[in-house]
Amino acid sequence: MKRLTYTILAIVALIATSCRNEDIIFIPEEVEVARPEFTSVQGFYVLNEGNRGSNKATLDFYDYTTGVYTRNCYAKANPDVPKEMGDVGNDLGIYGTRLYAVINCSNKIEVMDKNTLKRLGQIEIPNCRFIKFHKGYAYVTSYAGPVILDPEYEQVGYVAKVDTATLEVVDKCLVGFQPDDLEIVEDKIYVANSGGYRFPNYENTISVIDIATFKEVERIPIAINLLSVKSDRHGVLWIISRGNYYDIPSNIYAYDTRKHRIVKKMDIPASACWMDGDSLYVVSTQWSYVTMSNEVSYAIINTETQQLVTRNFITDGTDKLIQIPYGIAVNPITKDIFVTDAKDYISPGRLYCFGKDGVLKWDVRTGDIPGHFVFLGDTKTE
Amino acid sequence: MKRFLAILLSLTVLCQAVTATGINDSVPERRVNSVDSMQYLENVIVYGRKPYAEVIPAQVLSAKTLEGLNSHSVADAIRYFSGVQLKDYGGVGGIKTVDIRSMGTNHMGVFYDGIQLGNAQNGQIDLGKFSLDNIEEISLYNGQKSDIFQPARDYGSAGTIYLRTRKPKFNDGKRDNINFTMRTGSFDLVNPSLRWEHKLNRSVSFTLNAEYTYASGQYHFRYRKKFSDGTLAWDTTALRRNGDVHAWRAEGAVFGAIPDGKWNAKFYYYDSERGIPGAIVNNVWKNSQRQWDRNFFTQGGWQKKVSEHYEAMVNAKYARDYMHYVNPDTTLMLIDNKFWQDEIYVSSANKFTIVRDWDVNLSIDYKWNHLNSTLVNFSYPTRHTGLAALATAYTLGGFKAQASLLYTMVNDLHESRNAGQTIAHHSQWMHKFTPAAFFSYAPWVQHDLNFRAFYKRIFRMPTFNDLYYTDIGNASLKPEYVDQYNLGFQYQLMPEEGIFAGFKISADAYYNHVTDKIIAVPKGTGQYRWMMMNIGKVKIRGVDVTARTSLRPMRDVRLDLNLNYTYQRAQDYSKPDDYGDGGTYKGQIAYIPWHSGSAVFHASWRDVVELNYSFIYVGERYHTSSNIPANHEQPWYTHDISAHYTFGVGKTRIKVTGEVNNLFNQYYDVIQNYPMPGRNFKIILKFDI
Repeated sequence: MKRLTYTILAIVALIATSCRNEDIIFIPEEVEVARPEFTSVQGFYVLNEGNRGSNKATLDFYDYTTGVYTRNCYAKANPDVPKEMGDVGNDLGIYGTRLYAVINCSNKIEVMDKNTLKRLGQIEIPNCRFIKFHKGYAYVTSYAGPVILDPEYEQVGYVAKVDTATLEVVDKCLVGFQPDDLEIVEDKIYVANSGGYRFPNYENTISVIDIATFKEVERIPIAINLLSVKSDRHGVLWIISRGNYYDIPSNIYAYDTRKHRIVKKMDIPASACWMDGDSLYVVSTQWSYVTMSNEVSYAIINTETQQLVTRNFITDGTDKLIQIPYGIAVNPITKDIFVTDAKDYISPGRLYCFGKDGVLKWDVRTGDIPGHFVFLGDTKTE
Repeated sequence: MKRFLAILLSLTVLCQAVTATGINDSVPERRVNSVDSMQYLENVIVYGRKPYAEVIPAQVLSAKTLEGLNSHSVADAIRYFSGVQLKDYGGVGGIKTVDIRSMGTNHMGVFYDGIQLGNAQNGQIDLGKFSLDNIEEISLYNGQKSDIFQPARDYGSAGTIYLRTRKPKFNDGKRDNINFTMRTGSFDLVNPSLRWEHKLNRSVSFTLNAEYTYASGQYHFRYRKKFSDGTLAWDTTALRRNGDVHAWRAEGAVFGAIPDGKWNAKFYYYDSERGIPGAIVNNVWKNSQRQWDRNFFTQGGWQKKVSEHYEAMVNAKYARDYMHYVNPDTTLMLIDNKFWQDEIYVSSANKFTIVRDWDVNLSIDYKWNHLNSTLVNFSYPTRHTGLAALATAYTLGGFKAQASLLYTMVNDLHESRNAGQTIAHHSQWMHKFTPAAFFSYAPWVQHDLNFRAFYKRIFRMPTFNDLYYTDIGNASLKPEYVDQYNLGFQYQLMPEEGIFAGFKISADAYYNHVTDKIIAVPKGTGQYRWMMMNIGKVKIRGVDVTARTSLRPMRDVRLDLNLNYTYQRAQDYSKPDDYGDGGTYKGQIAYIPWHSGSAVFHASWRDVVELNYSFIYVGERYHTSSNIPANHEQPWYTHDISAHYTFGVGKTRIKVTGEVNNLFNQYYDVIQNYPMPGRNFKIILKFDI
């Protein structure tokens, strides 16, 4: 009996003290993926969005000077920040010496030193989406404007004007419903309104804000559910419409800010794009209710001639490995093309690097939902 | 002799009341019923040998054990079963769902007083909403209850939990029992309940029960991280908010006895409002989502042994569930959705005893479900389900076998709508046959050693959400299948003399194969857009071990120790291309630990003083099947203790209970970013008049 009691006590003592390690801060993982390359571009950051509620927005960095890809850099640079960078990264930008990461569901923009990633502060903007910079100010779109309850619940979006010196929001300009990407051309801000929360009554306009007065001066009808807007070198905006996911497919429109009209409708699907020189690189994922699968494409548009150059810039068959092409970027110097695969949104994604010939150079595992890029260094080609 | 056997059986049933998971497992209800008059022997501790009534017995938690387990809801209690994983979003009001042997929550059938609780909308039963206040017994069956005399629906799940509410029992000469219970403690819990049992005449009695629960759900949680050298990186403590719950429950039942049979009728009503505490992420420490639930059902059953060769059972149910979800957070999309579900169910089971030791059962069920919602372009689905189960049981000496074949017919009707107009009506039919077979063999009469095996193939229907939820639903989904193979043994020893009062060990090894698993696949442009697809495959290899022992070291003192251990390798075989370097192929699926277990120690002196210690361990897990360090979840384990003292004042029995849960104040997450409470307390006062 005694022996049994002791045995029981011993077991209880053992399980009472059984191991549970302390949570350790993320240690960045370094992977050597390519030979070093020396140009004016030192490297690039990748913002991994992380699925909603997972708090897994992370930053990866590729260093051209070493050929090393480093995953999850933020926590090491800022080990004292509780719950790390935040929930759902949505945009990334560099202005001056700082890196700005728009963290959508953490309602903030994380401001860091662009080289060390040391946190310098944060800009509090609820449901913030995209960021652009102009003459000392950052302009950020947000879904979370004032709520109007008459006759039905409605909440318009706005563009916040942020003084980059103080990181304070100094002004707000109301725009359409659920504004996403924005672009600045000749002292005007063009904002892509989506109306995504108003399914099935999507928005269909671009809001134009005059920077000097910071007032909305115009609404330009383009197409429903706008996502992104990028300007080329000729004053033309390239605008992605997501469509309504049913009978209206996604599409790309070209709007000439000088002629004040739509000059081209591309009739190709699009979910993300990157402007480089006179080339617009477009990736798309489109759900087909016929095949019950995603149809993907990798296109290049010549923005000077406004013609489609290719419907598949990946030439070596690697496209078959990519499940959900999600982010796209092009090195301005070498013209290497980067495509990310978001896979199932809850597993780690993958980054593919293609040469300008469309042949795979290297690929590497990323964080969850890699989606946004920014290059570090001098990106001017002339 | 028959009478003697009945008494023996009743005694063995009664000892469940004092054993943790039942050294003697359940006896078919019809036999229990026939010895109702014996039940006043409740407090007598007796061990007796009995033949196994079922081919494979259940894991059982009796009312007495439940009282000792510091559990607030059915969900808390179920953690003590082996092979079970609980998904717990924390606090009193957080969602708690159960997964048996890693097959997924939707494969779990939960039965309340013999009739399944349905949720055609999402297939999940939130067991956190079921109070233990009125529960007499919880039993868990892998596969199905291997007693063939049951409705066809009971054959239709991969794993089954039976919740049995308290049946009135009256001591000699008593016509009324009144019980008042008050629970209070951490989270600002106020939880009174009242039960009245009344005996109308020799054969009819009823019970009425009402319960109110309020809790602010507030508790402190703590997250911290360290550097690899052990120094602190960050440490933060915050208050968990929006976890409040207000709930009313009212239940009533009438029980009747008829010659060679019985009947019952009951109603259940539950009305609650709760906050959805949500995930804790950087810069967001509070959420504001709210949910209202109203659940009502009424059900009844009748059974009778018509002749030596024929026994009949009829069950019927009507249920209506209302759910209202609001996300008023102005930083997020406004969501304000209401859902109404209706279910009508009728069942007839017919058992034919062809010769002694050979039974055949035929059960026919019909079920009707409808879902209504305020969602845009909702498709208002209706489902007709017809079920027929043919089962047979055969006993030859120590060998028992049962086999069943279930036929399921489903007809789904739904609409396609656009801009508020119906543009098309759809009707889909499905017919499926699924088999199951159970065997047990006791090679020796003098040793209570039993070998057992079963095979079962079953599927779960895609839920209305899977099929028709606006935008993500996929109307072309097929059912999700699971094949289960199980091999095990059970040994028990019950010496009548000496210090050992009983010892039982059981072990089962199993292999489950889930195919056509319904999972969300990213769809088209942009995040948060998904499509449900039948592309998942999971292979689960596991071992469940349970051991328990009872000691009587001295007069009036009793000690029980109950241990459970589960090992599971549940691997994701969905995407063969996604192998290596953080890929999901062959990865352990989300939130399934390799190792988990529990220990419960109970000591009592004359039913006056009782002490309980319970321990739960869940080993390391990953929150996706990509098993990389960034997805790692720490093990967690909690120690709970309770002490009970019972005394009498006049004719009133009073029981005082004090509980300390999570004694060592461990801060942990069951689900990533959903912090669980640290150390907490509860005091319970019970009056039995």
